[in-house]
Amino acid sequence: MKYSALILSNLFRKKIRTVLTIGSFAVALFLFGLLAVVRGAFNQGVEVAGTDRLVVINKVSIIQPLPVSYNERLLRIHGIKEVTHQNWFGGVYQDERNFFPQMAIDDDTFHTMYPEYVLPDDQWQAYMSDREGAVVGADLVKRFHWKLGDRIPIKGTIFQGTWDFNIRGIYHGKKVEDDTTQFWFHYKYLEERESQYWKGLVGWYTVKVDNPDDSVRVAKEIDETFSNSPWETKTDTEKAFATSFAKQAGNIQLLILSIGAVVFFTLLLVTGNTMAIAVRERVRDLAVLKAVGFSDVFVLVLVLAESVLIAAIGGALGLGFAKLLTRNGDPTHGMLPFFYLSPQTVVAGFAVTVAVGVVAGLLPALSAMNLNVVDALRRV
Amino acid sequence: MVRVDGGGNGSSLVRVRGLDKKYQRGSEEIHVLQGLNLDVDAGDFVAFMGPSGSGKTTLLNLLGGLDLPTAGTITVAGDEITHLSGSKLTHWRARHVGFVFQMYNLIPVLTAFQNVELPLLLTKLSKAERRQHVELALEVVGLKDRTHHYPRQLSGGQEQRVGIARAIVADPTFLLCDEPTGDLDRRSADEIMDLIDRLVREHNKTVLLVTHDPVAAERAHVVLHLNKGVLVEGQRVEEKAAVRS
Repeated sequence: MKYSALILSNLFRKKIRTVLTIGSFAVALFLFGLLAVVRGAFNQGVEVAGTDRLVVINKVSIIQPLPVSYNERLLRIHGIKEVTHQNWFGGVYQDERNFFPQMAIDDDTFHTMYPEYVLPDDQWQAYMSDREGAVVGADLVKRFHWKLGDRIPIKGTIFQGTWDFNIRGIYHGKKVEDDTTQFWFHYKYLEERESQYWKGLVGWYTVKVDNPDDSVRVAKEIDETFSNSPWETKTDTEKAFATSFAKQAGNIQLLILSIGAVVFFTLLLVTGNTMAIAVRERVRDLAVLKAVGFSDVFVLVLVLAESVLIAAIGGALGLGFAKLLTRNGDPTHGMLPFFYLSPQTVVAGFAVTVAVGVVAGLLPALSAMNLNVVDALRRV
Repeated sequence: MVRVDGGGNGSSLVRVRGLDKKYQRGSEEIHVLQGLNLDVDAGDFVAFMGPSGSGKTTLLNLLGGLDLPTAGTITVAGDEITHLSGSKLTHWRARHVGFVFQMYNLIPVLTAFQNVELPLLLTKLSKAERRQHVELALEVVGLKDRTHHYPRQLSGGQEQRVGIARAIVADPTFLLCDEPTGDLDRRSADEIMDLIDRLVREHNKTVLLVTHDPVAAERAHVVLHLNKGVLVEGQRVEEKAAVRS
C-alpha cells in the first residue's frame, strides 16, 4: 500500500502519546474481554439451554423435592416426548473450595435427554453395571487429574456421610460451551442409601417436548395437572430456568453493560481529544498535502485510518492479554465453569474497537478535510 | 514574453484577465487585487515584488488554484481554473503546479525521499518508476546523498532543496515559489536561486517567484511590482543586461 508510510509515520510523530493511546485501548479491551468472560460464565446455562426442554421444579422452591410418581403422569401429558429427573447432591470433594455440581440421575432417560453430552458406549455400560459408578465431565478430570477407575470420596452436606464413587465414564461436550464440570451417579444408589427420607423423591424433572413452539402450552398444562396437590409445580423453559438461576447473583448483565459503556465512552473522549490534538499540531502538513494535490477525502481517510489503526493495535493487544489470562479456564475452582473468551466475543470486541476508532477520529478528520489551505499555510 | 497590459496573444501559458480579490475583515472590505492582467509564456521566470500586504502571496495562491478570485479569469495551458470545482481544482494542482514555500513545509516524519515522493503517490507510476523519478529530482537539486535523511537532519538550504525537488518531481506546468529564500542566509539563498535559475535555463521550467529580496529578484527575466492591487512592470532581463554593460 503506497500510502502506508504516510499513515504509519504519523503514528510515530509523538511516540509517547501514541503508546499511551494504544495503552488506553488495550486496557479497555482487556477489561471488555474479562467482563465478557464473566458475563458468559454467568449466562452459560442460558446459552446452551435446549429449546425443546422444560424444567419442572417444586412451586415452593427448587430445593423442595417432587414425587418420583410424577414421572409417569408427565409422560401422559400431550406434547411431552421424554422425561428425566435429577437430584442435587451438593457434596464436597476434599475441600469446600473444590466446588462442582454432583447429580443423581435417572440412568434410563438422562442419556437421551442430553445428547450434547458424549460418552463412549463401553464406558456407559461400565457405569451402568457398577452401583457406585460415576460419570464425570472432561474438565473435572483435567482439574483433579482423575482417570477411569479412580475411587472418589465425596462428603455429603445434604446427604450425610462420605460417599465413594468409581469413575466409569468421562463425558465431553459437543460444543466448547457445553458444561463438562458435572459429576453424575445413579439415582437408585441415592435412593437406597437415603431411603428413610428420600425414597420416592426427586429434585426436579426435565421434560422434552415434541414441538418447542408448544412449550408454553405444555408448561401450563403441567402446572395445572399438579395444582392443588401437596407437590405443586412450576414449569419453565430450560432457558428461562437458567436465566432466573443466573439472576440469583444479581443483574450481572446490566452491571457489565454499564461498566463497559462507561469505559468505551471514556475511551471515545480520550481518543477523540488525542486525535484532535494530533490534527491541530500538523495543520500545515495537512495543508501541504492538499496543496500538492491530495483530495479532501484523502485527508479525511488519512486521519480516520490513523485513529482506527491506533484503536486496532490497542484492541488487539487488550484482547490478546484477556485471551492469555483466561486460557487456563475457571479461576474460581468451579463457580464459573465456563470461563472462556469465545472467538465471537473477540470479533465483537474488535468490531467495537474499530467503531470507537472511527467515531473518535471522525470530528478531527472532518476538520482536517475542511481545512482551508491558504489559512493553514499562513499559520506559523 | 511577460505582459501586464492584457494585450498578450492566446498562446500564453498563463493568462490572467481582470483578476479581482477582495477580503472581508470585520466590517472592512479589503481590495487586494484590482483588475489585474498578466500573460506569462512557457519558460519565463517572473519575480513579483512589493511591500507586505500588497497581495503577492494572494496572487500566487490564485495562480496555484489554492484560492478563488472575486472576479476575473485565470487560464493555464488552455484550462480556465477559476470555475473549476474544489475537487477538480485539487486534481488540476496535482498535474500542473509545483509549490515551493518559504518555510519549506516538509513533513517532518517523512524522509527526504518520502517527502519528494508525495506528489507521485497521486499518479499511476509503479514503485520502481516513482523511485527513479525521486532519485532524479534529488540529483537535480544535489541531494542524492541525503535520500534517507529526515528534515531535522538537514540544514535550511538543504530542506529548501528537498522542497524544490518535491515541486519538480511530477514535472508540473509551472513552479510557484513563495519567498523561497526568505528564511535562509545569503549564501544558502544564493544557492537556492542558482538552482531555480538552472531549472529555468536547463530544464525550461516556468517559474513565478514572490520575493522581498532584490538580489533574488535580479535572477528573474522580468520583475513585476505589485502596488495597490495593480501590477507594474519593472526591468526586463535585456534591459538589466544593457544597464550592466
